[in-house]
Amino acid sequence: MSILSTRGLTKSYGDGESLVRAVDGVDLEVESGETVAIMGPSGCGKSTLLHLVGGLDRASGGEIHLAGRRVDQLTERALARLRRTDVGFVFQAFHLMDELTALENVELPALLAGHSPRAAKARAAELLDRVGLTTKAGALPTTLSGGQRQRVAVARALSNEPVLVLADEPTGNLDSAATLDVLRLFEDLHDAGQTLVIVTHDERIAATADRLITMRDGAFVDETRLTGGSTGNLGALAGLEG
Amino acid sequence: MGRLLLIVRLAARDLLRRPAEAALLLLAIAAATTTLTVGLTIHGVASDPYANTREVTAGPDVVATILPDPEGGADPDPAALESIAAADGVTDHSGPFPVAGAALELGERTMDVQAIGRDAEPADVDRPAVTDGDWVRDGGIVVEAAFAEAAGLHVGDPVTLAGREFEVAGIAVTAALVPYPWTSCLVHCMLGEAPEGMRPADGALHDPGTVWLTVADVEEIASAPLSYVMNLKLADPDDAQAFVLAHGEERPGLPNLLSWNHTLEQVTHLERNTQRLLTTGGTLLGILAVASVAVLVGGRMADQTQRVGLLKAAGATPGLVAAVLLAASVTVALLASAVGLVAGRLTAPLFTERAPGLLGAAGEPALTASAVAIVTAVALGVAVVATLVPAVRAARTSTVAALNDAARPPRRIGWLIALSTRLPPALLIALRLAGRRPRRVVLSVASVTVTVSGVVAAMAANAQLAGQPLVDADTETQRLSDVLLVITVMLIALAAVNAVVVTWATVLDARHASAVTRALGATPAQLSAGLSLAQMLPAFAGALLGVGGGLALYTAIDPDEVPMPSTWSLVVLVPGVVIAVAALTAIPALLAARRPVAPSLQAELA
Ligand SMILES: Nc1ncnc2c1ncn2[C@@H]1O[C@H](COP(=O)(O)OP(=O)(O)OP(=O)(O)O)[C@@H](O)[C@H]1O
Ligand SMILES: [Mg+2]
Repeated sequence: MSILSTRGLTKSYGDGESLVRAVDGVDLEVESGETVAIMGPSGCGKSTLLHLVGGLDRASGGEIHLAGRRVDQLTERALARLRRTDVGFVFQAFHLMDELTALENVELPALLAGHSPRAAKARAAELLDRVGLTTKAGALPTTLSGGQRQRVAVARALSNEPVLVLADEPTGNLDSAATLDVLRLFEDLHDAGQTLVIVTHDERIAATADRLITMRDGAFVDETRLTGGSTGNLGALAGLEG
Repeated sequence: MGRLLLIVRLAARDLLRRPAEAALLLLAIAAATTTLTVGLTIHGVASDPYANTREVTAGPDVVATILPDPEGGADPDPAALESIAAADGVTDHSGPFPVAGAALELGERTMDVQAIGRDAEPADVDRPAVTDGDWVRDGGIVVEAAFAEAAGLHVGDPVTLAGREFEVAGIAVTAALVPYPWTSCLVHCMLGEAPEGMRPADGALHDPGTVWLTVADVEEIASAPLSYVMNLKLADPDDAQAFVLAHGEERPGLPNLLSWNHTLEQVTHLERNTQRLLTTGGTLLGILAVASVAVLVGGRMADQTQRVGLLKAAGATPGLVAAVLLAASVTVALLASAVGLVAGRLTAPLFTERAPGLLGAAGEPALTASAVAIVTAVALGVAVVATLVPAVRAARTSTVAALNDAARPPRRIGWLIALSTRLPPALLIALRLAGRRPRRVVLSVASVTVTVSGVVAAMAANAQLAGQPLVDADTETQRLSDVLLVITVMLIALAAVNAVVVTWATVLDARHASAVTRALGATPAQLSAGLSLAQMLPAFAGALLGVGGGLALYTAIDPDEVPMPSTWSLVVLVPGVVIAVAALTAIPALLAARRPVAPSLQAELA
């Protein structure tokens, strides 16, 4: 079953001479439980595509269907609800709140969604455990390493059990060891049946996906179905071990 | 030349990059310079006009009058006054002069006057100072200055006095009598509205003005027995009150004495009240102006440190960077001092304008060169300090460090964050936004407290003014109410600027947090409600503190009389303030919440 599909999705900036088609007629299908990697040169429209799909930005044209619902014409309010319940974001720059502890960062989406403080906290603790940061629950982001911060951000993205997790260069700011940590985490998510769309420059990350899409000038130019991407010997495949 | 042009262009761009912020900074500094200008301008004017008038006019130490017996006894005998002039301690005197009550017809209007008969020659004691025209002559009257102003009389005007035609020969001031409308009565008269249950005595004048005529003219217009007035100079003016106690008699037909201290008390009553209002109001305004400048400058400093890094990264020398920042700030400061000087100069007369019954009081408030220098220096000082700190800091630190100086890190208040988890999303967002910048919250609370204190004190003062039975509705109440109104309006205006400034600073400073919060699913409505609530909570606290503070303030200024503003007005005030703050912050909050999320998040990467 396809959880996400777009038809002729377009986003352009400016007009006339200065018109930029950041996303130019993209048709994307993502199956439930699938991990899709998107690669492409800088400025080809990868981030823009993720923002459109996740309801952070509005398309200039085309359709977006998420979990069986058309979402490209929702009101701001409904888009907010969509981000709150159906989508989880992971950003290259982490975007954690500096004044909140790891646990408080993770419980924030649940609180915004109106869950009880007790439930939000329990869920956050469980997620921190899942990303292996139980001991860092009370730590402020500035005292965490880059890899730890990104794991907190992943836990936060999972807070409201989204149908789709969107990650924009999640390892772009990380060194090899931290990249491996995050990679393992995504693999766990994949195994647990989480649908993932990951934008990356890193071929090792892309290699772990079920499917790799290459973008250029706002459009998909190539699509490869990978096998064994998530078969467990990820470290070896990614060439990060040893 | 090229370098100068570059500095100018970069500085202009710096200002235009954040036009709203530059405008608010201009407004805040201008508010401070306006207040300062008013203060400096009225400072000189306020110097003891009564003492000045007393000296110039050879003012008497004691004024003795003798009035006819309203019950119809014997006519008053000026000889009774002569005997007082012979008393111990009296060194000089003038009079007795005859005084007649009369009606002055001015077109449609008729006003009561007490007409004092005087010689053409100046007297030894009480020589009214002619401020316009000439001294009395037959057929020519001289009008007391405050009365002339109230009646709209000018030199050369024809008037009808007790049915006889006269011409206004001159306008004069005296220290012997309290100026209109609080005129010291030399004939039977009544001031203000009649207190309940009392009626003015038959033939008594109502709110009379004072005019001087020749003795012959007074005798001619008199239709009833004359009163007499005599001015006494004592060896020691400080003995005046003792002298009055020893020789005075509050009975018709016998001399009635008034000391100069009594006159001074009456004359300066209004001055003292105005002065007190101004000092208090000016202080409150100053505090508010400093609060908003502090918020704006704090925000700008963080912003500018980063900007310095950018300029340096683009190859600018530290000197050039400092010059650019200084040029931008100096422009704002100079504009603000110009605005403040003009606004202050225009408002100052509102505070100093008084019944022109005294000398020195009529003097126009003047803007001296030193006042201009002080105002400009203060404005420049604020701007330069606010600029130099980041300029020097950024010039010293490495370019990379300056670039990475991601504004000021937010504060963490653990208990507030824990508390906020129990609240609905909008309040959760509000508490956390407020908690990130505790000092700014303190400034917000202080700003509202100061404003509400001022407003409550003004309400109390108004309640007192309204409660006074013997006040001439046209003058004193009006003037004090005007001053109160101006101060209140300025306080509210400045507090409004503060509310917008603080919201704006919060909006700018919380751009990233807001974008993340929205990416996590907060609706624009929740976010804008959060941004507004973050200002409304301090406003609520400030309003509560301000009500108490205002009453305390008023009690401190005026310990004797503490009239309470009506309870309902105080009860309405608190939610009123909160609603006003909500309205003021709504627009910046709405704008901020509608900002697209993606670019704000992307900007962090750049
Ligand atoms: N707000 C905007 N206004 C105008 N053009 C924009 C805006 N945002 C993005 N673009 C343009 O859209 C195109 C796609 O940008 P996008 O950020 O999606 O690229 P990307 O593939 O994520 O690049 P990178 O790998 O560097 O992150 C670029 O050419 C960019 O300049
Ligand atoms: Mg990108």
